[in-house]
Amino acid sequence: MATTTSGTAMVTLPADNQILITREFNAPARLVWQAYTTPELIKRWWSGQRGTVTSAEVDLRVGGKWRYVMVADAGFEVAFRGEYREITPTARLVNTEIFEGIPDPDEHPSLVTTTFTEKDNRTYLEMLCDYRDRTDRDAVINSGMEGGMQEAMDALEKVAVTLA
Amino acid sequence: MPLWVYDLSMARAATTTDAFNAVAEPRRRQILDLLAAGERPVGELVELLGLAQPQVSKHLRVLREVDLVHVREDGRQRMYRLNAEPLKPIHDWLAKYEQSWNKRFDLMDGVLEELREAEEQDGNDN
Repeated sequence: MATTTSGTAMVTLPADNQILITREFNAPARLVWQAYTTPELIKRWWSGQRGTVTSAEVDLRVGGKWRYVMVADAGFEVAFRGEYREITPTARLVNTEIFEGIPDPDEHPSLVTTTFTEKDNRTYLEMLCDYRDRTDRDAVINSGMEGGMQEAMDALEKVAVTLA
Repeated sequence: MPLWVYDLSMARAATTTDAFNAVAEPRRRQILDLLAAGERPVGELVELLGLAQPQVSKHLRVLREVDLVHVREDGRQRMYRLNAEPLKPIHDWLAKYEQSWNKRFDLMDGVLEELREAEEQDGNDN
C-alpha cells in the first residue's frame, strides 16, 4: 500500500486579479480527478473541516452546472456555483465560479482552470482562479477569514503576494 | 523563507511612502530577491543587477526608508540585508486562505487513499 504523504498547498498571486493554488497528491491523476468531480467524494473534502457539505451537484459536461453548499460549524451557509466550460477528463477542467454569499453574485464570476499533471504515479494539481478585478479576488480570500484584517485589506488594494 | 509582496498593478507611480509602494518597482523587487539569499555589500548588488552605482543606491535608499532593508558599515563597505517584517500583515492574511485549502486537500488525501485501496482490491479480485 502506498503511503500518504500529506503535501502542502501553495497559494500565490501571480497577477492582481488572480489566485494560483498548487498541491501535489500521492495518487494518479484519474483518482484525483475522480475525487475532484464526484459528488459523494466532494462532500468528504470540500468543507475542509470547517463544516459539512450538504449538497454537491455536478453536471459534468460542457455547459453543465455545478453547485456546492456547505453549512459551516459556526452555523452559516456557504454556497458556490458555476458552469463547466472545458472538460478533458483526468487532465484539465475549466469552469466558472460564483460565490453566492455576496450581493449581485452573478456580476462577480471567476474563471477557474484546474490542471492535473501526473508523474510517477503522483499528481500535481494547479488551480488558477481569474477574477474580474482585484477587489473580487481579495473578497474571496477574505471570505475564509474571521475578519479583523481591514488593515491588511487596505494594504492589499495595491499589492499581490507571492510566497517563496 | 521570507515572502514577497509585489505590486503588479503598476497603475500609479511608485512612491516611497510605504513598503507596498516601495516594492512596486521591478528593480527594487530584484534587490529584495538578491538580499533574500543573505547580506550583500552594495558593490555586489551593483554587479549582479548590472546597473550604475547611483541607481542602485537610490533604490536602496527607498527600501531603507520603508524599513525593508537594513544597512551596516563593515570597514569601507556598506552591507545590506533584508527585513521582511513590514510585509508580515500581508503574509498572515494570505496564510489563512492557504490554510483553508490545506485542510481541504488533507481530507482529499484520505479519499484518495481509499480509492487507491479499492483499486488494488479490484486488481486482486480479478
